[in-house]
Amino acid sequence: MAKVTQLIHDYLRHSKKFPHVFCPGCGHGIVLGSLIRSVHAQDIPKDDIVLVAGIGCSGRIPVYVDFNTVHTTHGRALTFATGIKLANPRLKVIVIMGDGDAMSIGGNHLIHAARRNIGLTTLVLNNHIYGMTGGQSSSTTPFGCYSTTTPYGQMEKEFDIAEISKACGANFVARATVMQANLMDRLISTALVNPGFNLVEAITPCHTQFGRKNKYKSTVDMYKWLKKNSVSMEKYKELPPEKQKDVVSTGVLTHNECAGLEERYVQMRLKITGEAK
Amino acid sequence: MATTKKKKHKEIFALGNEAVVEGALLAGCDFYAGYPITPSTEIAEEMARRLPHLEEGVFIQMEDEIAGLGAVIGASLAGRKAMTATSGPGFSLMQEHIGYASITETPLVLVNVMRAGPSTGMPTSPAQGDVQQARWGTHGDHPIIVLSAGDVQECLEMTVTAFNFAEKYRTPVILLLDEVTAHTREKITIPDPEDIYVCSRLLPSMPPEWYMPFEDNMRGVSAMPPLGSGYRYHVTGLTHDDHGYPTSKPKEVESFINRIFRKIDQFFYDIQIVDEIQCEDAEACIIAYGCVGRAAEMAVQMARQQGEKVGLLKLKTLFPFPRPFVEKMLRQCSSVLVPEMNMGQISREVKRVNQGQSKVNTINRIDGQIITPGEILKKILKG
Repeated sequence: MAKVTQLIHDYLRHSKKFPHVFCPGCGHGIVLGSLIRSVHAQDIPKDDIVLVAGIGCSGRIPVYVDFNTVHTTHGRALTFATGIKLANPRLKVIVIMGDGDAMSIGGNHLIHAARRNIGLTTLVLNNHIYGMTGGQSSSTTPFGCYSTTTPYGQMEKEFDIAEISKACGANFVARATVMQANLMDRLISTALVNPGFNLVEAITPCHTQFGRKNKYKSTVDMYKWLKKNSVSMEKYKELPPEKQKDVVSTGVLTHNECAGLEERYVQMRLKITGEAK
Repeated sequence: MATTKKKKHKEIFALGNEAVVEGALLAGCDFYAGYPITPSTEIAEEMARRLPHLEEGVFIQMEDEIAGLGAVIGASLAGRKAMTATSGPGFSLMQEHIGYASITETPLVLVNVMRAGPSTGMPTSPAQGDVQQARWGTHGDHPIIVLSAGDVQECLEMTVTAFNFAEKYRTPVILLLDEVTAHTREKITIPDPEDIYVCSRLLPSMPPEWYMPFEDNMRGVSAMPPLGSGYRYHVTGLTHDDHGYPTSKPKEVESFINRIFRKIDQFFYDIQIVDEIQCEDAEACIIAYGCVGRAAEMAVQMARQQGEKVGLLKLKTLFPFPRPFVEKMLRQCSSVLVPEMNMGQISREVKRVNQGQSKVNTINRIDGQIITPGEILKKILKG
């Protein structure tokens, strides 16, 4: 354990004054830990990594990490990342977004980034709520759940971030909960090296804003629920539909290796300038 | 061996929008991201055709204008000279990212070809209704440079200037055209690249551990390394300290906001570009910009033929507002005329600096038609 902690410390910014902004029991730190372990396992130099984030709790992650870090506007992280990747395809561009960021205000950018299949590693930290603004509903707040803007229960059906990304043409789409650290390490590692658009949806609990309003007595209750109700993709497919809606399916949804937009751009340039045979 | 080097300038017949592209490429622009919108689309089309032929040139059509400017900021952070172009509704959508570029001090050029508004308005008709939006459109106090161009040759020249200012002062620069200027086709001279001044952002020379991305130095502008060059730093739209880390300490916030204003203010005269046409002995003066400036130039000629001492102050820099040049004319002339295709956006500035020195008249045309030299002449002769 001490070794793992030591590794994470190697990647944090010591000049930045801690403590961090995350509440006790927040799952975001687990995802960051997993990202750091994956980057380390893939042996990617810090200088080559650009960590781009949007607005919200997840948007605060980059400032703590010793990469090139860009904290952008709400929902638009993918647009900045697209510019960075096309401007310098050598860089490993990682995008961190929350569910409101990725799917509500930034939904348009997510579906187009997936369609373009541009070479990005995207982590969507889905806590089913707007945490930083104080617990309003997002487009992934499950039907019937409570938030400060759905005080009588959410009446709208929620988005499935991973399924949408898959449908839009992303190369690699996967999902894990923060109770599956090893699985998450494997998924993020794949998402870091696979070409094209890669997205990992991380289900992370927010007790402060979501749990308390939805009858989870403690943070521990939420983690217990996640542990008990996450099933693998294979098992999920065998479940009857009425049971499917009560569990979280985890694992790989799709895995292709098509060339990313930046690679196709280089090919196009070679073709029109007559350098290709 | 004495050989006289042949100048490589050439003459072409081009649209204002095409001249913007020529200017951008001369200035070293190698990244364009945007979204099609009339009447700016030819800029995107020409960029899509030209950029892939450059060694590193990138063109991408994004899903909307917000994404267009987002990608441009990303590319600029990664070291590119990047630009986008848009018009009315797209310009409104870009406002949040203009603020982001301003607070993160990201150089970029945004060309806004003004069309009649508000909202969808008249997409193919000219107007000058976005002048104050260009200055104040994004929320919060922020410095910005706004330039304008009134003919096709100026489109080329002012685009080069826009890139130079953006790179020199680490700031977004907005170039305002209007539909008439953008869609006028005329002969222009593309200068020999060796004959034009091109400025590129300062790169750090100190070791990475000494580097401060938002340092409060003499110039007020820090060196800016591209992402991935070994200088790992934090870029954020939150108010930040010298190192780029978010802060809300009153002292740090105050010095930060003061600095980003100071970096533009202290180079005020470097940023001022105005044409003073027959102003020396003028008793009445026209203050105009964009395509109206061109009509005004004709009006001055007509007035002079009639023996009237009329001058023209043509503004190419709109913000920071060329106050000293305008004040000089206000002191000198018994009346000034500000013709513009809006309800009075620059005349408002002129009146602000007038303080009772002179009489400020206006022509405000908002019917999607250009202001003619005859109209201007008639009004200026009335006094």
